[in-house]
Amino acid sequence: MNRPKTIAEKILSQKSGVDAYAGQIVEAEVDYVMVNDVTGPIAFREFEKLGMEAERDRIVLIPDHYVPNKDIASAEQAKEMRDFARRHDIRNYFEVGRTGVCHQLMIDEGFAAPGRLIIGADSHTCTYGGLGAFSTGVGSTEAAAAFATGRLWFKVPESIKVELHGAFRPHVGGKDLIIRIITDIGVDGATYKAFEFCGPGVANVPVADRLTIANMAIEAGGKAGIFPCDHLTVEHIKDTVKGDYQPVSADDGAEYCQVLRYDLSQLEPMVAFPHLPENGRLVKDADVVIDQAWLGSCTNGRIEDMRIAAAVIKGRQVHPGVRFLVVPASPRVFRQMLEEGLMQVFMDAGAYISGPTCGACLGGHMGILAKGERCVSSTNRNFIGRMGHKESEVYLAGPAVVAASAVAGRIVRPEDL
Amino acid sequence: MDKIRGKVWRFGDHVDTDQIIPAERLVAENLGCMDRFIFEKVRPELAGAIGDGDIILAGKNFGCGSSREHAPRSLIQAGVSCIVAESFARIFFRNSLNVGLLLVECKVDAAEGDELEVDVSGGEVRNLSSHKTFQFPPYPEFIRDLVAKGGLMAKIKEEQR
Repeated sequence: MNRPKTIAEKILSQKSGVDAYAGQIVEAEVDYVMVNDVTGPIAFREFEKLGMEAERDRIVLIPDHYVPNKDIASAEQAKEMRDFARRHDIRNYFEVGRTGVCHQLMIDEGFAAPGRLIIGADSHTCTYGGLGAFSTGVGSTEAAAAFATGRLWFKVPESIKVELHGAFRPHVGGKDLIIRIITDIGVDGATYKAFEFCGPGVANVPVADRLTIANMAIEAGGKAGIFPCDHLTVEHIKDTVKGDYQPVSADDGAEYCQVLRYDLSQLEPMVAFPHLPENGRLVKDADVVIDQAWLGSCTNGRIEDMRIAAAVIKGRQVHPGVRFLVVPASPRVFRQMLEEGLMQVFMDAGAYISGPTCGACLGGHMGILAKGERCVSSTNRNFIGRMGHKESEVYLAGPAVVAASAVAGRIVRPEDL
Repeated sequence: MDKIRGKVWRFGDHVDTDQIIPAERLVAENLGCMDRFIFEKVRPELAGAIGDGDIILAGKNFGCGSSREHAPRSLIQAGVSCIVAESFARIFFRNSLNVGLLLVECKVDAAEGDELEVDVSGGEVRNLSSHKTFQFPPYPEFIRDLVAKGGLMAKIKEEQR
């Protein structure tokens, strides 16, 4: 007993009350269960079939994919969430004006915190691992089950240890690292597994970058991507976090199924070519003319991303052949952009700025691609037809490359401008 | 339900849920007719051609990407009886268990149009066209129990009684 544990094993043990190790199946209590406007309706139907009382304080309802309502069908869908919140007296419902991309809102509103167990009916729920939570995406039915019971079953995952050394060079960040990792291990390289990040380089990775990295754990098939909680984490959430939280760290001697090592100082700007996130290449080797550049999403729509992009584009103009769309991920990010003068910078450059929405990231609205068009995007998926027509193309990159590419009209590094 | 026979529709590796049903179809009013939209961006002819009981045969990482439960539900609506793949993405796997779509993790050699027989309790897939057989291990006990009970919601209802 009391064999050393990984962070995933520890959190799932604490939340299940069972001394659990990789491979075991446990039933654990979740701190929060979140659904969005797309995954919500199935969850609401399934939950109401049960006829049980809602675990209302654990439930978080965030409309983000098709709001502000794109059309009549999405208006009806958004209304379902609003009505469900009223019917079951769920306080944590966020109306348009206060809502944002669900994962950024979960952080801004203080639901995500170190040591918590959070599930969400959205695959990028793994984002909060950047703060040291165990968080993972589930289906609508599983979310409905947690609405009723506050619990869910989990297979305790094996963990891949990712040891980080050094520090990023200028214009290189979390997005470049995670594209590098996915390219190295493949889009199923971490299936059923958790990443656990460690090593002296972690202290050099800003929290916003950790969130980007954790966010894309799912793009390698991962169940979670977890960073240790340190003073940067505490600083990042201190003004917003709800309630107490208990940081969890790995034990010395915990067992890992695989170890990866990265020297951050050796990384260069990366871009993932269509149609899989594992198709990473060096930006300096890319020769791709673009029609659109898109900055936003749960991956890279934070204030830190906006600052990086603004610094690149300041005093420059968006290329005449390009639409540059800037979509802050939450009202908080939007407000900070206003206060810091970033809106002015982007508008002066000729960018289009919108309020928070998932929008075009999933081919929803606000920036859909026509046949044959190409977009460099700070999002997380470049699947066939992801942002529009089946013959359009999405190239994934970090905020510095997206902004530089908007200026150049083709995919380039900031230093190439 | 122990033995399933169906015609094979062949797919490759990393079939993502955006391919199975695109995001723009994910609105509540489509929940009853999602079969119309399956694979519409990659194999638009399939929605009308897949017959009741047909089997999807794929490579690695079937169902990767988004957590949309619409993906397994739309395949059930289209009449798909079973998906046989070398491996499945995690969320798709769990969603399928809960909505009653049978998944078999097995590497099978078959061509499009071949007739397969999946023997669930026997742990064997038989290609009735080529007469080759392929074995697969049973699910862990917890998952067998979940499936036997009819998925997660049925299990919760039973525990409420």
